[in-house]
Amino acid sequence: MIEVDVRRRLGDFALQAAFNSPPGGITALFGRSGAGKTALVNLLAGLDRPDEGRIAVDDAVLFDSEAGIDLAPEMRRLGYVFQEGRLFPHMSVRRNLAYGMKGKDGAANFDRIVELLDIGALLDRTPHALSGGEKQRVAIGRALLASPRLLLMDEPLASLDMGRKAEILPFIERLRDELAIPIVYVTHAMEEIVRLADMLVIMSDGKVAAVGPVEDLMSRLDLRPLTGRYEAGAVLTVTVDGHDARRAVTRLAFDGMTLLVPYFDIPVGEELRIRIRARDVSLALTAPTDISILNIFPGRVVEISDRKDGQMDVIVDVGARIWARVTRLAMDRLALQPGSEVHALVKAVAIDRQSLGRRTGSNFRGDKGIP
Amino acid sequence: MSWLTPLEAEALGLSLKVAVASVVGSLPFGLAAAWLLARRNFPGKALVDGVIHLPLVVPPVVVGYLLLVALGRRGPVGGWLYDSFGITIAFTWKGAAVAAAVMAFPLMVRAMRLSLEAVDRRLEAAARTLGAGRARVFMTITLPLMAPGVLAGTILAFARALGEFGATITFVSNIPGETRTLPIALYTLTQTPEGEAAAARLALISVGLALAAIVASEWIARRMARRLEGGT
Repeated sequence: MIEVDVRRRLGDFALQAAFNSPPGGITALFGRSGAGKTALVNLLAGLDRPDEGRIAVDDAVLFDSEAGIDLAPEMRRLGYVFQEGRLFPHMSVRRNLAYGMKGKDGAANFDRIVELLDIGALLDRTPHALSGGEKQRVAIGRALLASPRLLLMDEPLASLDMGRKAEILPFIERLRDELAIPIVYVTHAMEEIVRLADMLVIMSDGKVAAVGPVEDLMSRLDLRPLTGRYEAGAVLTVTVDGHDARRAVTRLAFDGMTLLVPYFDIPVGEELRIRIRARDVSLALTAPTDISILNIFPGRVVEISDRKDGQMDVIVDVGARIWARVTRLAMDRLALQPGSEVHALVKAVAIDRQSLGRRTGSNFRGDKGIP
Repeated sequence: MSWLTPLEAEALGLSLKVAVASVVGSLPFGLAAAWLLARRNFPGKALVDGVIHLPLVVPPVVVGYLLLVALGRRGPVGGWLYDSFGITIAFTWKGAAVAAAVMAFPLMVRAMRLSLEAVDRRLEAAARTLGAGRARVFMTITLPLMAPGVLAGTILAFARALGEFGATITFVSNIPGETRTLPIALYTLTQTPEGEAAAARLALISVGLALAAIVASEWIARRMARRLEGGT
């Protein structure tokens, strides 16, 4: 449980953030650069002091201006993984990892964390000799070995190229699933949020613009100006229902419906989060027959948004909310308006591996399945 | 040391003793001053900075005179030291060390301050989030990272202390075996008839000592730099 309600003036910039986050899982802080994400995380970590407000994690009050509480950073027990890693250059990887370790618990954790992050071969190297991805894994291990009650990650992937990002993401999923440590994850990459996060805090100009479960916020048209850099689409949480390996499809269940996607080697019962891009969804007034599209969901138009470029985003409630992107011409031909009965058509092959993220509470190993 | 005359050995030994004592004694103060100037803002900071740098620009004789006034047995500080602890500073080798320390102090502080300003404070912040208090952060992060500067400052101060003449002779005079360091012995020889050859030998010893200090510091600095950059 994270409770934040802080105000801080930094020159012309005013940070004012209040949100609560349920225990466990990953809370993503999302916003463009300059939105105040890092400033907020520094307040949480105690590296900067709010002008007023309150910060509590679980039962521990870290800051409370009214009660006069302001714990020093070293007393807060918050692990901080910085964007640039910040490994100590004059220490070996082993000494970096051990820096925050306390007592016997730390020593017992050491081997486990080293194995979890697969950094055993790096222990005797110096940070200088590590690749960007290796540095971040060591930085994560170092933060974890200080036995934090909460892990703060400030754009841990931002300085890495695509390949390195893909290398680190499964490790972050393992933290969430195997160590069950709550994480506040700062990013401006929606892909990472869809893949990792449970709760989403959207920040804009130093303010919290919206707070809620990722699925809910991603389907809100009014937040599009803030989430817009990411390609529009619906985010759904689904369960693996079964496989038809011979015909190369996997069945995913959500809200009483079945979505067919290309075959993925994922155990039945596994929870996944998937993304259906708006441009991969077509609309029809009647259920088409003799068509290759496998997923046809009857539903009702809830909302239409004019994107001001001639294309329209149409939200269709089929049980869950699905987005479709159509031209104005197509909308006029079908005479679409809120309330219209339509069928949403989703090509199975449009759901690719990049659209899938593993969900909490499973023992599915990310490194064997989805990259 | 059979290749040194007893007089040379005495002057050399005394010089080393004075220089080592001055550097070791002023090291904590130098670190504190560097930290104050690099990391703190307080009213009168410019004045403190100026006072620390004063020995660089004031004639050494003036420094020696001021030390004599303050630390002489009748001076405010010297009198108190003598009455309370029976310690005499003026006209002893301890006074020579004090004079050398004061003269070398600005060089020491300057090098340390520059290296402290170059320390990445984000690394210190990272250490705090890992549970280290301020003192541990300083000992394990700040100090090791500024070590090359501390070393440079120490070597500079050591070399300056070895060569200290004006403040020393003013403050503690020229007492054989007590305050007659290498430069003062050399000066004495130049004032003595037939002293040229002995003076030349002392000059050679001084040059050799300085050279050895520089080579040693270069070697240590390079090793440190390699370690900081994470080479083998």
